[in-house]
Amino acid sequence: MTPPDLSALPGIPREEAGPLFREPWEAQAFALAVHLRDRGLFSWREWAEALGAEIVAAQAAGDPDLGETYYLHWLAALEKLVVVKGAASSEGLCDMKDAWERAARATPHGAPIELGAETRQR
Amino acid sequence: MPHDHDHDHHEHGHGHDHDHDHDHEFSELSDVALRVRALETVLAEKGLVDPAALDVIVDTYETRVGPRNGARVVARAWSDPAFKARLLEDGAKAIAELDYGGRGGEHIAVVENTADTHNMVVCTLCSCYPWPVLGLPPVWYKSAPYRSRAVIDPRGVLAEFGVRLADDVEVRVWDSTSEMRYLVLPMRPAGTEGWSEEQLAALVTRDSMIGVGQPLAPGSVA
Repeated sequence: MTPPDLSALPGIPREEAGPLFREPWEAQAFALAVHLRDRGLFSWREWAEALGAEIVAAQAAGDPDLGETYYLHWLAALEKLVVVKGAASSEGLCDMKDAWERAARATPHGAPIELGAETRQR
Repeated sequence: MPHDHDHDHHEHGHGHDHDHDHDHEFSELSDVALRVRALETVLAEKGLVDPAALDVIVDTYETRVGPRNGARVVARAWSDPAFKARLLEDGAKAIAELDYGGRGGEHIAVVENTADTHNMVVCTLCSCYPWPVLGLPPVWYKSAPYRSRAVIDPRGVLAEFGVRLADDVEVRVWDSTSEMRYLVLPMRPAGTEGWSEEQLAALVTRDSMIGVGQPLAPGSVA
């Protein structure tokens, strides 16, 4: 048996109780994909292929892919798949992202960020 | 936020859209957080997403679905030979007897460890995993080193997880897909004769059901 390359495996989380999602956006991105699959926008197979392709592309681009970047790949796969499925356009997503960014910057720290806050600031 | 900054800010904080935006008085969302919000808003406006359903999904996986479900399945199989036979025959169907199922568990194959065979599970493509019985996968399961090395050097990976097998034990590696996900049925520990399903379930670890661990020893739980 070849000795295992210990450096190749990331530190293995042993506790069962670690947080499932490290940040709220990870949970939201997770739920969005699950919900859209539930509603039939795509199948598990389509989802696994989209996610797998995103992971391969990220690795090819130098991502060490140690699991920490997993939800980045998840999100990128979701953005592409909703566009492929005609549920959204890249431009539409981009515009909405800008709108949210303006809304955030117009919202006092600590207050809930709501779309429309930026229009009040203009 | 320190309140004493409020007043200062009101003197010059409004009328944005100049280079003043990284003001600590105002909020900032990360690029990824903005992208997720954009997705949700665009899809909700089209009626494709119900924001309330998203909360239910997050809550489900954060609090309701996890490896304790799988542990109950394993404990039942250890206690009830007829259930075990049904479980090995059609995993998803037998698991549904315990009211576990649904997304990520449409097709689950249960692979049994024996004195001759040890099974371990990977998803080389991404992260396919039997959600209804194990919850969402741990970070290492999704990592490139595990995904590749589980196939190339399963014994090496097992050793890193502290699993040492006799040389004559065959290691079988199961590659999950979106169509077929796997649950390992570990061997029932010796010294648990007469134990209840509940007692047995306490011995069943998540890792033992992925095949990178063994159940706990009977003496290790109260």
